[in-house]
Amino acid sequence: MSETVSIVIVSHSHDIAKGTADMVRQMVGSEVRVAFCGGNPDGGLGTNLPRIIDAIDTVWSPKGVAILVDLGGAETNSEMAVEMLPPERRETVVVCNAPIVEGAVMAATEAAGGSPLEKVRAVAEELSAS
Amino acid sequence: MSLDTPTLRALVAAAAEQVVASTAELTALDQAIGDGDHGANMKRGFEAVLSKLDMIVAQPPGEAIKMVGKTLVMTVGGASGPLYGSFFMAIGDAIARGRRLPEDLADVFASGVDAVSARGRSQAGEKTMLDVLVPVLASLRTEPGRSDLAQRIRVVASEAVERTAPMRATKGRAAFLGDRSIGHIDPGARSSCILVHAICNTLEALS
Repeated sequence: MSETVSIVIVSHSHDIAKGTADMVRQMVGSEVRVAFCGGNPDGGLGTNLPRIIDAIDTVWSPKGVAILVDLGGAETNSEMAVEMLPPERRETVVVCNAPIVEGAVMAATEAAGGSPLEKVRAVAEELSAS
Repeated sequence: MSLDTPTLRALVAAAAEQVVASTAELTALDQAIGDGDHGANMKRGFEAVLSKLDMIVAQPPGEAIKMVGKTLVMTVGGASGPLYGSFFMAIGDAIARGRRLPEDLADVFASGVDAVSARGRSQAGEKTMLDVLVPVLASLRTEPGRSDLAQRIRVVASEAVERTAPMRATKGRAAFLGDRSIGHIDPGARSSCILVHAICNTLEALS
């Protein structure tokens, strides 16, 4: 199997993160690797930086990893997680400015076709109004 | 003031204990304009700091403060984790790179403020913790020699928190409320004020 860009979904809610990953798998299939995490370290709503790093490591691909997030803390923690990766990996992981569900599906669809990280990110970010 | 181990321990412990003791207040403030998790998140983060206080203060001062920041990043579980984490990591880094205390206090503090600004892509005036940190920095710059500096900084921080009430939030969860964020003080500004007070109180008690 040729490598594709992988997708990481980071929500405040475990259920939203899992549901988004389920939708990606159903609509795009299994050729794109998807990891997800949601919830704070106590299991409530929130984000958990070590779990974000684990998720990135789980689906790590030399073609890169696109992260889709929901609200503020998920974005800030994901950006921090990227900065805490080993230097050689940092450049190939991006946090997309896109709606989490639609962005994940669009990014995975683009990734499945073998597109490079920048193209995957651009397709997801076209969905943002800004 | 030199950051010897007992001073460092007293400062970190006081800051963490004050935040933990303020959990209910921070929760109430955040329920008004956020998602209500600021108190619990900060409590989780600073309890983690307290639980490894011995390990933290065994490090040289710069490394110790960096470890405080990293602990917050890994345990807070909200946007305040990377924000406060970056604040302490940048301050620790400035000290580790040879900045001296108290001579360079304003520059060291500025490193932390800049890190928060960069992490949050935010400036003062947007109803955030920067609305306390920036006025405190200004006082450190303009009034460094005052004998009553700690007392003065406490007043500056408390007044700065109150000034966030009429502000309209444009960052963080409160931004979703738009004009409805007006009239409430910002929970992040308040937690910054609590930390500043804890540091000032401890330095006064030790001097």
